[in-house]
Amino acid sequence: MTGLEARGLSYSYGTKRALDDVSFSVSSGTFCALLGPNGAGKSTLFNLLTRLFVAPDGQITIAGHDLRQSPRAALAQLGIVFQQTTLDMNLTVQQNLSYFAALHGLSGRAARSRIESALDQLDMRERAGEKARTLNGGHRRRTEIARALLHDPSVLLLDEPTVGLDAATRASITDYAHGLADEGKTILWATHLTDEVQPDDDLVILHQAQVLATGKARDIAGDTSLQERFLALTGTGA
Amino acid sequence: MTAYLTALHAIVLREALRFIHQRERFVAALVRPLVWLLVFAAGFRAALGLSIIPPYQTYITYETYIVPGLCGMILLFNGMQSSLSLVYDREMGSMKLLLTSPLPRGWLLFCKLLGSTTISILQVYAFLAIAAAFDIKMPGWGYVTALPALLVAGLMLGALGLLLSSFIKQLENFAGVMNFVIFPMFFLSSALYPLWKMAESSELLHDICAVNPFTHAVELIRFALYAELNPGALGWTLMAAAVFATAALIGYDPARARIGRRG
Repeated sequence: MTGLEARGLSYSYGTKRALDDVSFSVSSGTFCALLGPNGAGKSTLFNLLTRLFVAPDGQITIAGHDLRQSPRAALAQLGIVFQQTTLDMNLTVQQNLSYFAALHGLSGRAARSRIESALDQLDMRERAGEKARTLNGGHRRRTEIARALLHDPSVLLLDEPTVGLDAATRASITDYAHGLADEGKTILWATHLTDEVQPDDDLVILHQAQVLATGKARDIAGDTSLQERFLALTGTGA
Repeated sequence: MTAYLTALHAIVLREALRFIHQRERFVAALVRPLVWLLVFAAGFRAALGLSIIPPYQTYITYETYIVPGLCGMILLFNGMQSSLSLVYDREMGSMKLLLTSPLPRGWLLFCKLLGSTTISILQVYAFLAIAAAFDIKMPGWGYVTALPALLVAGLMLGALGLLLSSFIKQLENFAGVMNFVIFPMFFLSSALYPLWKMAESSELLHDICAVNPFTHAVELIRFALYAELNPGALGWTLMAAAVFATAALIGYDPARARIGRRG
């Protein structure tokens, strides 16, 4: 079954083409990395997948729901970790999560138990009463991921979620996302760092508004490293 | 329906918490009209003679005259302030959280509007209490009947703020709002001087004041503070609120993609 599918997406800012006929699909319970250098169109694609923008052409399907035809059903199945923080720095972790739960219609006991379980999953339970401002970068990211998982979405989009984090935290968050895919969630992980992609991951390489390659990371890399292959494809050799 | 109310409660509560965390904003919002009331009006009362106009039944002091205008000023500044915070939210990402919720976008924006208007109204009552302490009082019932008028006026000005926030791309552009929206709206209205006085100076300015929705918001509040309804002002204010809210919804329509373009 398809968790996430994009077909024929194009988008322009005035005369500048940001996405040109982009198509790919991610099967349910799969980790798919969306790899592209800065300016490739990843953020625009995320804005379309999350319905912040609507593409004039093309189709997006999230867990079987067409984003254009039934946006609310599609968005209910979507968890999103944005590049920028969405936390209110003056509120505690718990208050931030309660606010988000309410935006999905969850309140009272149901919201509390979801929050506890999401915080447990991310080893953040003991920080529930701390203000977001006092958290370090890694814990803020974990809170963002806990937030995105609160309503138990079947598809999780993460837009460069490891930016600004140290190597150990980066590895642990990347591993955690892979674990979520093993549990059955569909993951789309946007990044420009090849070391976050594992050989068995699905991979979409986006460059200059177009999809350059799709398939298993191992197959795309061939007999070179993914890093070398990526640089060769995008012509951004170090 | 429960999901709608849950979101409403959370969004209003968040606005309230945000307000509590910014006490200086509360003080600033009160100092501005109080300076006008206690300094400007005191100096100006001798220069401006007011005749008896509805809803007043007798001669009033200038301080009494400008109280409704200053209530409007609080609503106007807060409406713009919440517009500023929406632009900030959009740059930070929390606006994206709101806009990607599965509830209808119009409802979520209305919740946001209602939250900021509620905070504004609390500030207006704090201002009215301080004014009363300085013996600038309204009839007792007026404080109750003013509430719906403040709500309608606050929603209209909040909707204007929402509309502006959908078109302002960056925080830096916000200074323009001060010059091109707040000041003209406030000075080209009946907040500081009755319209017939304005007509004596310039018919054109009078006509501009007469179509300014802020004039009608102030008159709605002025009459309501005397437990009277001004149907014309109510109609104008509601109409302006509907126009601003509709335009704001169009501005926030994802197909128009004004949101998060920087993202």
